[in-house]
Amino acid sequence: MEQVIHIAYFLTAFLFIIGLKRMSSPVTARSGIIWAGWAMLLAVVVTFFWPGLHNYSLMIIAVVVGSIIAWVAAKKVAMTDMPQMIAIYNGMGGGAAAAIAALELFRGTLPNIGLVILAIVGGLIGSIAFSGSVIAFGKLQGLIRDRPITFPLQKILNLIIFVAAVGCGGALLSAHIPWMLPLFFVASLLFGVMMTLPIGGGDMPVVISLYNALTGLAVGFEGFAMENAAMIIAGTVVGAAGTLLTLMMARAMNRSLKNILFGAFGKEEIGSERCAMGSLKPIELDDAAILLAYADKVVIVPGYGMAVAQAQHKVRELMDVLDKRGVTVKFAVHPVAGRMPGHMNVLLAEAGVPYEKLFDLEEINPEFPNTNVSLVIGANDVVNPAARTNTSSPIYGMPILDVDRSTNVLVIKRGKGKGFAGVENELFFDDNTRMLYGDAQDIANKLVQSLKKL
Amino acid sequence: MTEGLMSALYILLLAAFTGYEVICKVPVILHTPLMSGSNFVHGIVVVGAMVALGHAQTPLEQTIGFIGVLLGAINAAGGYAVTERMLEMFEKKKAPRGAEKQS
Repeated sequence: MEQVIHIAYFLTAFLFIIGLKRMSSPVTARSGIIWAGWAMLLAVVVTFFWPGLHNYSLMIIAVVVGSIIAWVAAKKVAMTDMPQMIAIYNGMGGGAAAAIAALELFRGTLPNIGLVILAIVGGLIGSIAFSGSVIAFGKLQGLIRDRPITFPLQKILNLIIFVAAVGCGGALLSAHIPWMLPLFFVASLLFGVMMTLPIGGGDMPVVISLYNALTGLAVGFEGFAMENAAMIIAGTVVGAAGTLLTLMMARAMNRSLKNILFGAFGKEEIGSERCAMGSLKPIELDDAAILLAYADKVVIVPGYGMAVAQAQHKVRELMDVLDKRGVTVKFAVHPVAGRMPGHMNVLLAEAGVPYEKLFDLEEINPEFPNTNVSLVIGANDVVNPAARTNTSSPIYGMPILDVDRSTNVLVIKRGKGKGFAGVENELFFDDNTRMLYGDAQDIANKLVQSLKKL
Repeated sequence: MTEGLMSALYILLLAAFTGYEVICKVPVILHTPLMSGSNFVHGIVVVGAMVALGHAQTPLEQTIGFIGVLLGAINAAGGYAVTERMLEMFEKKKAPRGAEKQS
């Protein structure tokens, strides 16, 4: 039986890698997750036949209850809330790895010191990923203030907590002190919380990706302790892939990982802000519709505001109406539009915007100078020219969509507030910019209506 | 045992390279789905938690093990459902694309 289980685990690891490979191309992506899904099912089923196991009823209850809760939650949640769902599910994985570590260390039956070290490191990383992800979830879900939470001596305190966690872990190696194990986990969990609190909501995607990689590593390390090849391979693959993905995301946002983790970005600035000159110029809906109707080329720039207002379907209608009038419509998708790289593409695809209408930053930027109207819907920081010009701006250097280079700019905006990064946007004060205030879905709908009447 | 540990380290090394290779040429639009997908893959931790729970003896051990399996199952099932929902969008896209080419 054991041979069969090992072969099944081997197959699982193989299918996971194939699945991930398929997921890295848009055409095969869907099949990738299905392959990986079957692999997971296989691994879970064969594990029930592992020789010498007890507590089957507990096992079945835990698997069934956990799966049902997660499945229902994942199916019910709105597409816009996906990032925090990833965060919370990832955290649970880290927690599971930490629980394994706790059990193995508590029993103290690990055959050699190498495995004990791996179990401890896995427990540390898993705990950090668990509590950190829960905080990330809380921030994105709006349960915790998403601006960075900072206080004096924070970095020193965090360092002390981290050293304490590592110290407790080290002490577990040498002596068997009963209260050391709980202390180790408390310190590790606390560190995860403290590490995530000072990070602003805008950087959360990168942080979630980092915790994802950490959970992968923790799973890999616990795989060593359990001598489970499927866990070692799957965990390590995710650890490596997740690290790379984290760096790629950070690069897309022009932020260094160090800056994200220790910079407290998006904190309300004091004084350093340059006052935007001029005034905001609102425009009547009908005038905006006419502007769009008689344009040759319109570029729509969707942002998180559009997603929150669930306006993507109305925006698609707007695209259809303009298309019918012979206006060329393109969508400019910033790498971090929405809340995560690729999030906006998913939302637009859901609304039925064809793939070839979506353009990324490098493709669309040269086209702005000969664009008649840029329609910015609920986007702010990704079109802020301060990123190009204002060296003191916290978003300086971030690649942006050069919307300000088009002939006219229409901005649909809920209110007069600032963007995610808390920075004033000069674009809105430009002479060729007109503002449409209101709910993005409502405005898009009204634009469609007046366009139909023209 | 050292032999076992060494071969495990080789697995670790090769798996790390594999992870790097699989991801390194991914278009930006797939970053989120892929993160979600890899989030699902480390849900394999549920298997380890099951074995750990299977060996648990005292009520305390059983409780920790139970929590481990529960969390692992949430990771695996939730990760799958979320990823599948996201990637569904990419599948649907084929239809309008084909339709457009015909017109």
